[in-house]
Amino acid sequence: MTVTAPRARRSSVARFVAAYGQEIVIACALIALFIVVSAINPRFLGANNVNTIVSGNAYIAVAAIGMSMIIITGHIDVSVGALIGVLATISGTLAVSGYPVWVAWTAPIFIGAAINGGVGALVAYGRLPSIVVTLGMLSILRGGLVSSTGGAWINDLPPAFQIAQARWFGAPAPIWFMVILTVLAFLWMKNTAFGRSLYAIGGNAEAARAAGIPVERRTVQVFMIHGAFAGIATMLFATQLRVIQSTVPPNLELTIITASVIGGVSILGGTGTVIGSTLAAVLFAAIGSAMIFVNVSAYWLRAVIGLLILVTVLADMARRNREFWSNQR
Amino acid sequence: MTARGFLRHETILALLVLVALFVLDRQSDRFLTVDNLFNQGRLMTEVGLIAIVMTFVIVTGGIDLSVGSILGMTAILIGVFWKNMGLPLPAAIGMGLVVGAFAGFVNGVIITRFKVPPLIATLGTLALYRGIAEGVSEARSVRGYPEWFFVLGQGELWGAPTQLWIFAAVAIVAAVVLAYTTFGRTTYAVGSNEVAARFSGLGVDGAKIAIYSASGLAAAIAAAIFVSRVSTTRSDMGTGIELDAITAVVLGGTSIFGGRGTIIGTLLGLVLIQSLKNGLSLAGVKSDGTVVLIGAVLILTILISNLVHRDATR
Repeated sequence: MTVTAPRARRSSVARFVAAYGQEIVIACALIALFIVVSAINPRFLGANNVNTIVSGNAYIAVAAIGMSMIIITGHIDVSVGALIGVLATISGTLAVSGYPVWVAWTAPIFIGAAINGGVGALVAYGRLPSIVVTLGMLSILRGGLVSSTGGAWINDLPPAFQIAQARWFGAPAPIWFMVILTVLAFLWMKNTAFGRSLYAIGGNAEAARAAGIPVERRTVQVFMIHGAFAGIATMLFATQLRVIQSTVPPNLELTIITASVIGGVSILGGTGTVIGSTLAAVLFAAIGSAMIFVNVSAYWLRAVIGLLILVTVLADMARRNREFWSNQR
Repeated sequence: MTARGFLRHETILALLVLVALFVLDRQSDRFLTVDNLFNQGRLMTEVGLIAIVMTFVIVTGGIDLSVGSILGMTAILIGVFWKNMGLPLPAAIGMGLVVGAFAGFVNGVIITRFKVPPLIATLGTLALYRGIAEGVSEARSVRGYPEWFFVLGQGELWGAPTQLWIFAAVAIVAAVVLAYTTFGRTTYAVGSNEVAARFSGLGVDGAKIAIYSASGLAAAIAAAIFVSRVSTTRSDMGTGIELDAITAVVLGGTSIFGGRGTIIGTLLGLVLIQSLKNGLSLAGVKSDGTVVLIGAVLILTILISNLVHRDATR
C-alpha cells in the first residue's frame, strides 16, 4: 500500500453530499413522487391530503427516532410495536378512568422508559443479544396485553384526549411533534458528547470503552430514551380515533425498523441520522396515499414498499462498495 | 463427563422439557395421551420445518425474516396455479415448492452478491413476498380442495399424522448434515469466522445461497401442509411465524451471532414451546398467558446459559 497523496480539499457541497447521501436520496424520491403523482392527479398535492398523509403516520416517524438511536448504538428492538400497543391501552384506560388527560398522555412516556430500561439492563449487564431480549419482550407484552384486556376495545374516550386531532398554528399537532422532535434529536446526536457516544459505541464498542465511554450505562440510557420516544409515539397513535383496539398493531415494529434502515441507519451500527428515518417514514406514507390517487390497487402496496426497500438498500450498498474500492487505491 | 459438559445448553433444556412434561402431566390427565401428543405434533410441524432450516441460517450468523411471507406467497400461488390456471393439484404444489425455493435463492443472492446484511435483505423480501401474496390474492381465499389433499395435513399414515413423518425425515437429514458432513462443518465455519472460512478455500457464498434456498423450500413445504390442515388459502397465512421459529432456534441454544447450535437443541426448543402452549391451555391458562411465559422462558434460559458459559462464549 502506498502513502496516500494529500487529497484535494473537497468542496463543502461534496462533503455534505457524502455525509448525507441517503437522506438526499430519500428527499429526492419524495419530491419526485409528489411531482409525478400530482401531475397524474392534482388533488394529491392538496393541503388536506398532505396533512393527512403526514399527520396520520407521524407516530411511526417519532418511534423511528428512538429506533434509529438503538440501531446506531448497534442494537435492535423487535418489541416496540407490542410496547406501543400496551402503552396505548394503558393511556386509554387512564383517560376513561377519569384521570386528567395530561396524565394519560405522559404516563406512557415514563412507563415506556421504565420497561425499556429493564430491557437495556438485560442487554448491557446480562450480556444478552438485544434481538433475543426483545423477542422475549415481544411475547411478554403481546401476551400480557391480550390476556389482561381480553381484546376488548376502549370506547368513549374524552374529546380532550384527542391530541392527534388538534391543530396548532394551522398544522396538525402530530406534524409539529414529528418535526420538532426530529430536529432536536438530530442536533442532540450530532453536537453533544452523549449523542456522539452512541455513534462511537455502535462503530466499535471496545474502542468506545477504551476511550472512557461508560458503554453499559449508555446502553441502558439509550434504551430508556427509545422507550420514551415509543411513549410519545403512543400519545400520537392512541389519540387518533375515538376508540383504542387493545391489540398489538400488526407489523408495526417492522415498519418502524424499516423506516430507520431505509433512512440510512446502518444495521451494523455507527452511522445514520434521524432526519433520514423521518423522511423515510413520510415517504412510505406518501407512497401508500399515492397508489390510491393513481388508481393502483391497494393490494399491491406492500409489494411496492418491499421493492422500494430492496432498491434503496442495493443502491446504498453499491455506493458504499464504490467508496470502499476507491479508498483502497 | 465434565461439569461444564454436563451443563451444556441442550442438557439444561432437556431437563427443563422433562420438568415441564412432568408438571403439565400432573395438571391434566389428557396431556400425556397419544391422541393429544399427535395433535400437538400436527400443530408444531409448520413452524418446526422452518425452525430446522433456520438453525442453519442462524449458525452461519444470518437470519431469515422472510419465511412467513414465503409461506403466505406459496400458499396463495398453489391456490392460484390450481384453481385459476387449472393445473392438476400435485403440479401446482410442485410449482409452489419451486417458487418457495426460488424466493429463498433470491434472498441468498442479495445477501452474498450484493453484501446486504441478512436482517435488511430479508426485511425487504418480507414486505415484497407478503405484498405479492396480497396483490395476487386481492384478499380472496381459495377453497374447495379435493379430499385426498387433506391427507397431508389432517390424515394419518402408518398410525401417525402424515406431516409428522415429513417433519421427522427433514429433522433427521438436517441433524446428520449439520453434524457429520463437510457442508455442516462449512456452515459452522462461516458462522464462527467468515473471513477465515473464505481464506480456507471454503465455498462460503455457495453454502449461504444453498441454505437460504433451503429455508425458502422449507417455508413452501410448510405452506402446503398448512393449506391442507386448514382446508383454505389466505394471504395472511404464516404472519409472524418467523419470530416463533427464531424463538425456538435461540431457545435451543443456537447463538444469534453464529458458529454454535444444534438441530437437537432446536427440536428441544420446539417441544418445550409446544408443550407449554398445550399443557397450560389444558390446565386452564389462557393461551395469551402462555405467550408471556414463553417470552420469559426465552430470556431466562439464555441468561442462565450465558452465566454458565460466560468465560467460554466471550
